[in-house]
This record gives sequence, structure tokens and C-alpha cells, in this order.
Amino acid sequence: MGEKGKIRLTGLVTGFVNGLFGSGGGTLVVPAMERFLHVETHKAHATAIAVILPLSVLSLLIYFWQGEMAWQVALWASGGGIMGGRIGAKLLGKLSGMWLHRIFGLFLLAAAVRMVLC
Amino acid sequence: MLGVLLAGLLAGIVSGMGIGGGAILIPVILWVTDVTQQQAQGVNLLYFLPTAAVALVTHVKNGSVETPVAKSLIWTGLLGAAAGALLALWLEGELLRKLFGGFLFAVGLAELYKGRKRQTTDGKEKDHGL
Repeated sequence: MGEKGKIRLTGLVTGFVNGLFGSGGGTLVVPAMERFLHVETHKAHATAIAVILPLSVLSLLIYFWQGEMAWQVALWASGGGIMGGRIGAKLLGKLSGMWLHRIFGLFLLAAAVRMVLC
Repeated sequence: MLGVLLAGLLAGIVSGMGIGGGAILIPVILWVTDVTQQQAQGVNLLYFLPTAAVALVTHVKNGSVETPVAKSLIWTGLLGAAAGALLALWLEGELLRKLFGGFLFAVGLAELYKGRKRQTTDGKEKDHGL
């Protein structure tokens, strides 16, 4: 597949997953940019935000249009998120990336099993 | 709503450290509230916008955004984003939750793989994803 084909397919899959699950676009597009489009890691993270932002706005409009918005929950979660983002930025580099990935990975596996079984 | 605030806090901390927040926010919100899978996903999409917008401004200023790559990805990405959202809203909540669980499982395995102790050829431990 040519470079253009790879970019198109990456965009399509990223948008689809991000819309279907309301998350996860960055998880796909960052490694895809690194591997297929040869973008370095730091730039791939930054570029991913520029890509996911408009895609999320479009998906959100569709969720909103279909009446699937829990506004109060969104408000409280966002309040926590703003505080958490600041704490996270301060912790960045103070925790070992390796352990972070391990803890996060185990959390995801546990959450996944719970969601599929319950 | 205290649980939701804490879920947001936790997700904010990890996404501030460069790891996806939605993978934490959505399961925890489903656990502490009675929203549907679709609503939890909508919350995450909304939650993502302000932080992403602030981060993006910084990245653009620093020249870290590969604009041509971003533009071409967005073009087909928008098609996918519309299709994905429509499918999510059409599916039964329970089926969508199970699909989401499958996706989380795959991401979890990928995270554990990243977190394995990796010796590179020069013997240094490589740090991933941050």
C-alpha cells in the first residue's frame, strides 16, 4: 500500500474506533504514525491531539444529537479532570514509565474482564 | 457524584502523564453511576475537549504538530468518526459494553508489553509512551 493509502486507512480506522468507543483514537494513531508514517514519538503525540480533537467534536455532536449526554456526570468528571491534569503534569517524569504501563495494563485487563462478564 | 469527580481526577492524572484517560474514565464512570455505555462514552468525548484544546495550543506553539500529516489523517478520520458514532448509538448498550471490554483487553495487553523490561542493544532501559 502506498503512503497515501496508509494515511487514509489510518485516519479512517482512528476515527471509527474513536467514534465507536468514545475513546481510544490516540491509542491507535500514535503508534500508526510512528510506524507507518515515520513521525517521531513526541511529534506523534502532539499531532495525535490535533487529529483526535476534530474527530471527537464530530462524534460528540452525533451523540448529542441522539440525546446520549449525561451532562451532570460530564461536568463533575471534567472538574476532576482539570485538577488531575495538573497533578499528572507535575508527576510526569517522577514515576517510572515502565511501572506506569504495568499498573495501567493490569487495571485495563481487570476492567475489561469485568465489562465482558458482568 | 464524588465518585465521578475522583474518576475524572484519576483519568486526568494519567492523561497528563501521556496515557489515555478514556480507558480509565469510562469503566469507572460505569461502575459508580447508572449511565449507559453510550452515555459514558459521550462523557469521555466531552471530557477530552478542553484539556486537548489547551494541550494543542502549547504543541502548536512549540512546533510539535506535523500539520500536513494531521490534515490528511483528519480527512478520512471524519468519515470514520461519523460512522463509528452512528454505529455506537445503533448498537445495544450491552453489546457495545462487551465490544468496549474487548478493546480494553487488547489495549491492556499492549500496555503490559510496553511495560516489560526492555534491554536495547546499548543495554539501556527504554522508556515508552511518555
